[in-house]
Amino acid sequence: MIVRIATEGQYRLPDEDAQRLNELDNQTVEACEAGDEPRFLALFTEMLDLVRRDGRALGDDELEESDVILPPPDTSMDEAAHEFSGEGLIPD
Amino acid sequence: MPGMSGRMSIVIKSKINRLLDRAEDPSETIEYSYQKQMELLQNVKKGVADVVTSKKRLQLQQQKLEQQVVKLDTQARQALAQNREDLARTALERKQFAQGELQSLDQQVAELESQQAQLIDKEQKLRSKLEQFRTKKEVIKAQYSAAEASVKISEAATGVGEEMADVGLAMQRAQDKTETMRARAGAMEELEAAGAFDDNLQLGSGGQDDIDRQLHELTSQSGVDDDLARMKAELGSGSAPASQGELGQSSAPSEERPA
Repeated sequence: MIVRIATEGQYRLPDEDAQRLNELDNQTVEACEAGDEPRFLALFTEMLDLVRRDGRALGDDELEESDVILPPPDTSMDEAAHEFSGEGLIPD
Repeated sequence: MPGMSGRMSIVIKSKINRLLDRAEDPSETIEYSYQKQMELLQNVKKGVADVVTSKKRLQLQQQKLEQQVVKLDTQARQALAQNREDLARTALERKQFAQGELQSLDQQVAELESQQAQLIDKEQKLRSKLEQFRTKKEVIKAQYSAAEASVKISEAATGVGEEMADVGLAMQRAQDKTETMRARAGAMEELEAAGAFDDNLQLGSGGQDDIDRQLHELTSQSGVDDDLARMKAELGSGSAPASQGELGQSSAPSEERPA
C-alpha cells in the first residue's frame, strides 16, 4: 500500500497497516469534530509516525499513485475541521 | 488496493485527485503540460525567494528587538539605581513585551527555514520524477505491446501528476504562511512606528517623559548634587568627603536644586 503524507512524500507500507491507519483516521476525525485539539494532535501525530516508521520512502524513480493521502503534517485542527466541512485546505 | 475507509484520507485524496486535472490519457497530459511543469518549477523558485525575503525581514526585526531588550534592561538598572522603581517597572514591562515578540519571531524564522528547505526538496524531487517519467516511458514503449504500454504509462503519469499536485499544495501552504507572517511583520513595524518599542512613547498616568528623558533628568540632577557637594567640600563648609561615592543613592535631591 502506498501512502502519501501531503507536502512530504510517499511511503510504501505493509497492507496490514491499513486497518490501524483507518482506525486512527476515524478517531482523528472524531476528535476534530469534538473540538478536542490535544487528542486530535496526538492521534494525527500517531498516524504520521506510523507511516514514517513502518513505511519505506519511495524513490524518485518510483512513479506510483497513492492509495492513501494524509493531510500535510502541519495541519492544524482548525484547518482539518474546515477541511471536513467543505471548502478546505485544497481549493476546489 | 486495501480498503481504506478513513474519512480524512479519503477527503484529502479526492481533493488531490481533483487537482490532478484528470485527462483521458494522463501520459499525454504530462507530455503536453511541459509548459505547466516549467511554470510550476518556476513558481517554486519564486516561492523560495519569497520565503527568503520574509525571513530576512523577520531577522531584521529580531535584531532591532534584541537591541531594544538590552537597552530596556540598562534603563531599568539605571532607574533602580536612582530609586525610581516605577520607571524601572515600565522599562521591564516593555522588556518583557519585546522578549515575547522575540520568542515568537524565533519560531517564525524557524518555520520559514523549514518551509524553505521543504520547497527546495520538493522541487528537486519533482524534477527528478519528471525526468524518470520521460525515461521510463521510452523503456515501457520498447518492452510492451502498445495496449500494455499505454496502461503502464498511464499509471506512471498518474504518479507524476500526483507529485505535481502535491508540489502545488506545498507551494500554496508556503505562500499562505509567508503571507500571514508578512502581515504580522507589517503590524509589528506599525507598532514600532507608533512608538511601542520606542523611547518616545509616553509613560502612563499622564506623565510626559519617556524613560530616557526621566533618567537623563535624574542623572543630571544627581550630577548637580555631585557638583554641589564637591563645592561645599572645597569651601570647607561640607564635612563628609565620602558623599562623593554615594550620590546615586541620595534621596530627595530636588530640594537641593539651586534656585
